[in-house]
Amino acid sequence: MAFKGQIIVDTERCKGCGVCVPVCPVKCLELSKEVNGKGYNYTQTVNDKCIGCASCAMVCPDGVISVYKKQI
Amino acid sequence: MARELKLMKGNEAIAQAMIASGTDGYFGYPITPQSEVMETLMAEKPWETTGMVVLQAESEVSSINMVYGGAATGKKVATSSSSPGISLMQEGLTYLAGAEIPCVIVNVMRGGPGLGTIQPSQSDYFQSVKGGGHGDYQLYTLAPASVQEMYDFVFDAWDIAFKYRNPVLILSDGAIGQCMEKLYTRDNIARWTEEERRKNAPWGTFGKPADRGHNIITSLELESARQEVFNHKLQAKYAEMKEKEVRFETINCEDADYIFVAYGSSSRIAMKAMQMAREKGIKVGLFRLITLFPFPTKQLAEVAKRVKGILCVEMSAGQMIEDVKLATECNVKTEHFGRFGGIIPTPTEVLEALENKIIK
Amino acid sequence: MANIDIEARKQELLKEGYTEVYTKTKVLTDAVMHYCPGCGHGTTHRLIAEVIDEMGIQDKTVGVSPVGCSVLAYNYFDVDFQEAAHGRAPAVATAVKRLNPECYVFTYQGDGDLAAIGTAETIHAANRGENITMIFVNNGIYGMTGGQMAPTTLVGMRSATTPYGRRVDLNGYPLRMTELLATLPGTYYVTRQSVQNPGAVRKAKAAIRKAFENQKLGKGLSFVEILSNCNSGWKMTPVAANKWMEDNMMPNYPVGDIKVDGKIAEGIDVNRLVLDHPLTVMQ
Repeated sequence: MAFKGQIIVDTERCKGCGVCVPVCPVKCLELSKEVNGKGYNYTQTVNDKCIGCASCAMVCPDGVISVYKKQI
Repeated sequence: MARELKLMKGNEAIAQAMIASGTDGYFGYPITPQSEVMETLMAEKPWETTGMVVLQAESEVSSINMVYGGAATGKKVATSSSSPGISLMQEGLTYLAGAEIPCVIVNVMRGGPGLGTIQPSQSDYFQSVKGGGHGDYQLYTLAPASVQEMYDFVFDAWDIAFKYRNPVLILSDGAIGQCMEKLYTRDNIARWTEEERRKNAPWGTFGKPADRGHNIITSLELESARQEVFNHKLQAKYAEMKEKEVRFETINCEDADYIFVAYGSSSRIAMKAMQMAREKGIKVGLFRLITLFPFPTKQLAEVAKRVKGILCVEMSAGQMIEDVKLATECNVKTEHFGRFGGIIPTPTEVLEALENKIIK
Repeated sequence: MANIDIEARKQELLKEGYTEVYTKTKVLTDAVMHYCPGCGHGTTHRLIAEVIDEMGIQDKTVGVSPVGCSVLAYNYFDVDFQEAAHGRAPAVATAVKRLNPECYVFTYQGDGDLAAIGTAETIHAANRGENITMIFVNNGIYGMTGGQMAPTTLVGMRSATTPYGRRVDLNGYPLRMTELLATLPGTYYVTRQSVQNPGAVRKAKAAIRKAFENQKLGKGLSFVEILSNCNSGWKMTPVAANKWMEDNMMPNYPVGDIKVDGKIAEGIDVNRLVLDHPLTVMQ
């Protein structure tokens, strides 16, 4: 049983702290080159390996990541 | 319940009045000369009758912050202490005023400065009405002169506190706190029901029902523009108190050539000195302050127009005299008489002071 | 991904058969938190709000915030809140709870607020066994005022007031308030957790949940310390600060339950309770 995950990042509220990046088990997160309205680089998925485990959301101090999962 | 005649100390009267006026919580700390307030409350066990919470804290700093926490949920919460303890409470008092939290604080004054003495004094006037803590704020301040007033003013304090969402200070002294006098009780007021609490204090933090936003009790406002607006609001509140809630008493002032201005124990002594003066043919009156804030400026100015001299009687180095002079704009010969260190002046001394300092 | 189409994107995913695994709890307001990027305060706020949400007690909870970085906590929790003077939250909460026993009351404090100026209030609320939940965020520094030494600053640790490292001869040893409170009969549950990785977050949330459940059962004081980074104060990136915390704070402030159901947890070495020293930065 495998899962396909998707995350939605509230990029305007992300402060680019990067705490989520190293905790992703499948290494699909990186900080963007672009910046949001406050000048922060924001987190984003850089591949489609997300399994919806929500590790990133759990450590996000500002709760900007919502996580969705589907069984495939 | 008809009014009962009782005999008790001023401190005990404060405790009985707290229970009878529907107080929800009392948080205190021992300090002479007012420890009987908490001792009486503990002996009465109101938690078994009215449900009132009574707790001894680890310091006055803690007890005033317990008052803050309890009162900010919209409950009727009080404390009592004496001068050094009230000094420790100053931070709490300015937070209470800044967060607009209604509550009742009793100061049974003793001699200062520092550890000072445990005998009575009135040298906390400035601390009480000129703001002992930081920032522009005022405590509505009542000065009882008898055990009956110690009792009655607790009831009155609750009305003012919740009407203006402001702390109320009952400023007494060791003499009134410790002496026993007759008093007539008042009908008990039940503690508020939950509905009454929510109606009387909708701003309280008692848990956010779904139909309103969350209540926040704070005195913090980092936005200067908003903090200035808030300060104007406070000043308007104090102005309204000054307009509507001044209390004082005048005795024999109509034909007086001279008047004593005094409050609390000093006013009782001045009363006797006035009678002695009258017996010697000196027409003296007494202007007794009941509210120290708001100060009866207009009313005193009115009386002062008709007299040749004013003797302020206060167990201090002369603090209230400044407000008297402000009221009369120094147009009347005004002098101070007081004893220090907890020594209570005698009527004879007061009369001599009038004769030497004012009349001669 | 622009902000506006978050809701639209969500609906798309739900239509595609995805289920929502995680999203910010409604017990947190929409206010953007002022905490520095990557600060443990934000994570801790989230966990408390999630516990309140899951226990369905938003309408009965009253929070008390301190003076310090989390002074504005009341803007972030959609529950009734009081702002306490510096160090006084335990006294404030004592009265809130005693006068409103049906409310769930929690205090939220930093190390300066709880273990320096608020020491008396902390110890006496614990000693009276007040039936409240105390959250203590320990980042070894005064954050809000710009990184000064706190009671929990480690020996040798730099701060704005110990620029050459904390010295025992000048500033004494760091204070392990949590262990100290565990020795008081009034405390029922005493634990130290952290929030720097998913595993730690799960344990921290479980601890916070247990603390609130203890309060529901009227068990007395539950005390949850959360070790946290302080990126600005320590002058490190968030990820580096979390690493530094694991390497330096955790050996000195061991994570785990210290007291459970009113008894010292097994495996807790009593010597640690009597505060053996030295609590130093691992060079």
